[in-house]
Amino acid sequence: MAVKVRIPSPLQKLTKNQSEVTVNGKNIRELFLDLEKQYPGIKNRLYDESGNLRRFINIYINEEDIRFLKNEDSEVKDGDSVSIIPAIAGGGCVILYRRADLQI
Amino acid sequence: MSYVNGLKCRECGRVYQKEPLHVCEFCFGPLEVIYDYDRIKYVLSREVIEKRPKNMWRYRELLPIDGDPQVGRDVGYTPLVRVNNLAKVLGVKNLYIKNDSVNHPTLSFKDRVVATAITKAIEFGYDTMACASTGNLANSVAALSSEGGVKSYIFIPADLEKSKILGTLIYGTNLIGINGNYDDVNRLCSEIAANYKWAFVNITIRPYYGDGSKTFGYEIAEQLGWRVPDNIVVPVAGSSLITKIWKAFKEFEMLGLIGKVNTKVFAAQASGCSPVTTAIKEGRNFIKPVKPNTIAKSIAIGNPADGYYGIKTVKESGGYGEDVTDEEIVEGIKLLARTEGIFTETAGGVTVAVTKKLIEQGRIKRDELTVISITGNGLKTQEAVAEKVGSPIIIEPRLSSFQERFGGKI
Repeated sequence: MAVKVRIPSPLQKLTKNQSEVTVNGKNIRELFLDLEKQYPGIKNRLYDESGNLRRFINIYINEEDIRFLKNEDSEVKDGDSVSIIPAIAGGGCVILYRRADLQI
Repeated sequence: MSYVNGLKCRECGRVYQKEPLHVCEFCFGPLEVIYDYDRIKYVLSREVIEKRPKNMWRYRELLPIDGDPQVGRDVGYTPLVRVNNLAKVLGVKNLYIKNDSVNHPTLSFKDRVVATAITKAIEFGYDTMACASTGNLANSVAALSSEGGVKSYIFIPADLEKSKILGTLIYGTNLIGINGNYDDVNRLCSEIAANYKWAFVNITIRPYYGDGSKTFGYEIAEQLGWRVPDNIVVPVAGSSLITKIWKAFKEFEMLGLIGKVNTKVFAAQASGCSPVTTAIKEGRNFIKPVKPNTIAKSIAIGNPADGYYGIKTVKESGGYGEDVTDEEIVEGIKLLARTEGIFTETAGGVTVAVTKKLIEQGRIKRDELTVISITGNGLKTQEAVAEKVGSPIIIEPRLSSFQERFGGKI
């Protein structure tokens, strides 16, 4: 399955400044393996030392939090859109800005 | 005079400068304000605090602002009321209400965080405030933005209680209702925050904003005569308040302003939205988000940002988490009103009803000193009890009409 993954700005340094990339796999775990293969280093940012998804990252397939589905085993199909979203701010919060934008 | 050194990630410990930033760029953990406690210890004593005006700024060295407060100079120092009538009904001896239903100016504890956030935003040079809100925050951001002369944009779930909508619009803000629940509103706001140079109080400047609620805890300790309670029951939405009350107690302990902290912290939620208390009961340290369905809209956050730390606080303190049904919430509101003359909103009904449950379970004991957190005012959520309080007795304007109804002679 070819799936688009939206990348939050702090991780875009690893994806050659792309805010969206296309990766392959049939579930979240496989998608992220492919993501690491294409953009080495990103795995360390998504997973902690014990190999669990970091506590303050939420993953959405289309608009649904994967914790409502099957977590990393949640399946994806062609054309789905996956978002990686930092969890802070009273619930699912997206940080898509660049730091420079905040210099006011 | 600033006592803030910068920001630090609670998860991985990375340090950042003092800037409008709220999430660690490495691991996405929440950032926390770093204070210079050595210097604070040198300047802050019980005597210094006691001489200052009775508002939240009497603890200003422990707040993340550099200059004087820009708005809300009278926020805080709300009554800590000993509630003997309620205690008697619940079967305990030593019960208090920390009553932020009369906080100034918008009748909820949110004035504490918003006064801090707007002051900080003005220091950072912002001219527009914004927030995602379940209502109380909306009221407060709108009111204090007017006072501060800054613009405001406020995003709420479209089905919010009428009085919370009116109590926001009156201040002349830009109010946007979203067809969705709070978690949807918040997600949208995060995207808006990415595209506009606005100070979203609970996003852009979150670490500073959150520390305003520490004053709720400082005041309890001071008002109890510089000691902490055995138990405190706290309503939980995003889990920020509960962690900040604990932080407040621990800071006072560290600064030598009080003795050892042995308070048990209890999380209170509505059964229709209880991701935190359910995790505590199941012994988990992670949150399974839920889709909220409760009358306690002010605390209906299904995906609580600080949920992990809320659970951690409860565990560390030896407390517990409990939740109550909508019926129990209404009974809790009525019980507090009918025993103590305090009309709280649904979140207060939650803490009263949860306290009752914890006493029945024996987790809160008869002789212990317990504080129930009341964070908002009942006039804002009238819909929740409108059908449950009866109606007035209508008579003709004649003495005989009265006597017909009530009988008897004097």
